[in-house]
Amino acid sequence: MIEAPTPFPAEAGTLPRGPALRRGLRANPLLVAGAAGSVLILAVAVLAPLIAPFPADAGAATHPFAVLRPPSAQHWFGTDDVGRDIFSRVIYGARISPLVAVVVLFIACVIGLPLGLLAGYFGGWLDEAIMRVTDIFLAFPPLLLALAFAAVLPASLTTVVIAIAVTWWPWYTRLIRGQAASVAGRPYIEACRALGISRWRILHSHVLPNSITPLTVQVSLDIGGVILTASALSFLGLGAQDPTPDWGLMVAEGQNYFTTAWWVVTFPGLAILFTAFTFNLFGDGLRDLLDPKRTFLR
Amino acid sequence: MIFYVARRVATAVLVVAGVIILTFVIARVVPGDPAATWAGPHASAAQVAAARKFLGLDRPPAVQLASYFGGILTGSWGLSIHTHRPVLSDIGAAAPASLELVTAALIIALVIAVPLGLISARWPGRAADHSIRAGSILGVSMPIFWLALILQLVFSQRLRLLPAAGEFSPSLLFTHPLTRITGFGLIDAPLTGNWAMFGSILGHLLLPALVVAAYPAGLIARLVRAQVLDTIGETHVQMVRALGFPERTVFGRFAMKLAWNPVAAALALVFGYSLVNTFLVEAIFDWPGLGEYATASIQTLDTPAILGVTLFIALIYVAANLIVDIVQAAIDPRIRLR
Repeated sequence: MIEAPTPFPAEAGTLPRGPALRRGLRANPLLVAGAAGSVLILAVAVLAPLIAPFPADAGAATHPFAVLRPPSAQHWFGTDDVGRDIFSRVIYGARISPLVAVVVLFIACVIGLPLGLLAGYFGGWLDEAIMRVTDIFLAFPPLLLALAFAAVLPASLTTVVIAIAVTWWPWYTRLIRGQAASVAGRPYIEACRALGISRWRILHSHVLPNSITPLTVQVSLDIGGVILTASALSFLGLGAQDPTPDWGLMVAEGQNYFTTAWWVVTFPGLAILFTAFTFNLFGDGLRDLLDPKRTFLR
Repeated sequence: MIFYVARRVATAVLVVAGVIILTFVIARVVPGDPAATWAGPHASAAQVAAARKFLGLDRPPAVQLASYFGGILTGSWGLSIHTHRPVLSDIGAAAPASLELVTAALIIALVIAVPLGLISARWPGRAADHSIRAGSILGVSMPIFWLALILQLVFSQRLRLLPAAGEFSPSLLFTHPLTRITGFGLIDAPLTGNWAMFGSILGHLLLPALVVAAYPAGLIARLVRAQVLDTIGETHVQMVRALGFPERTVFGRFAMKLAWNPVAAALALVFGYSLVNTFLVEAIFDWPGLGEYATASIQTLDTPAILGVTLFIALIYVAANLIVDIVQAAIDPRIRLR
C-alpha cells in the first residue's frame, strides 16, 4: 500500500499552523474581520427565534394599524406596508441567503468536481467534450444565464437555487480540470499506476485530495457572489414570494414606498451588503493565507 | 499570428453555435404553452392552434432548432410576445443607451480604481492599503439595485442635486429636440450642436453610471494592486529604481505598464457583467436601455424577448473576449505559442 506523499513544501494549499498561522492572521486583519462577521451572521440565523422581537412577523402576519411606521424603540427598523416588524424579518432573512448559497455551491461542486477530475485525469476526447460544453456556459455572464433560466421557471427559491447552480458548475469543472491535469503528470501518480492500483482508486484517493484545495478557496470566495446573484433574482421577482422574509424581495417590495418610507428598502439592503461583504472578506483573506501568489479574476 | 487568430475565431464560432443551442434549450424548458400566451387569455382553442402554427411550434424540435438557427443568422430573432415587434429591432433601439451607460461606468471605474490600486500596492500592509482593500471588496459586494435606490433617494429626492430618472429632462423635447443619427444620445447631441441636450443627458447618466461602476471599480482596484505587487520585485523595475527614478514614476509608469494587460482582459469580462447589471439599475432610473427592456420582458414572461437579450449580450461578451485575446496576442508573442 502506498501513501500519497505530502505535497512539495513550496506548494501552496496547506493551512499554516502554530506561530505561522498567528503571523498570517496578524498580517491580515480583513480575514479576522470577515471570519467574525460570518460567525455573527450564522449565529443570528441559528438564534433567530430568540433574537427577533416579533417572530410571527417573519411570516404572513398583518398589523393594519401599524403600517409603515418609522424606526422607533419598539420597531428598530420600522414596519413595512402591512405593518410587519422589519427588524424581525431581516433577522429571519439570515436563515435564507446563506442557506441558498450553501445549497447552490454544493450542487455546483457535485456537478463540477467529478467532471473536472475526469477531464483533467483522462484527457483526450473526454476532456475535449467536457471542456467545450463548459466553454458554452462560460460564454454567458453568470447573472445573465441564471436570469434566463429563472425567467422561464416558476418563481420560487428552488428556481433561484437551480438557476444559479446550473450556471456555476462550469467554473469549478475548469478549475479542477487544471489541477487534476497537473497532478496526473506527477511521479507518484505514475508510481500508483505502475503498482497496478485501479484508476478509480487513483482518482479518488490520490488525484482528488491533491487537487481540491483551490476549489475550497474558490467556493469560499463565491459565497458572497451567490448571495448577491440570488438577491438580484429575488429583487426582479423571480425568487422567493411574499411572506418569505427574503432580503432581495423585501427591497423590491419597499421600492414602491421608498420616497416616503426609506427604512423599508434601506435595512434589508444593508443586510445583503453586510452579508456579502463579510463572506467576501473571509474568502479573500483565506485565499491570501493559503495561496498568496495566485492571481484572481472573477 | 494568423494561425492563432484563425484558431481563436474558429473556437468563438463554435461557442456562438453552442450559445444559440443553449438559448433554444432554455426556451423549450418553458412550462406552459407559448402559443397560449401569444394568443392571449381569452383565445379559443382554434386561435391557440393557429398561433402554434404561426409560431412554428407544431414542428419537430430538430426542425425548430434549424429554423431558429437560420432565423438568428438572417436577423429574424422572433417576435416579442409583449410588444409584437421583432425582437432584434427592439434590441437595436435599446442597446445604444445601455452601451453608453456601461461605457461611462467603466470610465468612472478606471479613473477611481487605478490610482487606488497603485496607492494600495505602494504601501502594502499599511492602513491605507487595508482600507482600500476593504473598500474594493465593499464594491464587489454591493447589491447594486439597492445602491441605485439609496443614491436616488439621497441625491435626487432629498438633496435635489441630480435628476431622479429618465434620459434627459422632458422639457427639452420642445425647446431642443434630439435628432437621432447614431442612436447614441451622447454622440448625436454634439453632432447636431445640441449642447443643452448633451448636458442634460450627462446629468441624467451620472447616478446610474456611478451605481454600475461599483463592481468594476472594486475588481480593477484589486487587480491593479495584485499585478503591481507581482511586478515590483522584477529586475527591470529594480533597475529603474536603482537608476534613481522617483517612486511615483516607478509605480505609475513602469510597474503599471505590465498591469495594463490583465486590466484590459478584466475590462472585457466586466463589460459583459455590467451589461447584465443594467438589468437591475435601468428600470429604477428609467434609463431606456436593454436592462429596462429585459426587466419589462421578465415581468410579462416574454420569452422571445428575454432570450433575444440574453443571446445579444452573450454575443457581445464572446466578441469582447475574442478581441482582447487577439490584441493581447498581438502585443505579447508568448500568448500565441500557448
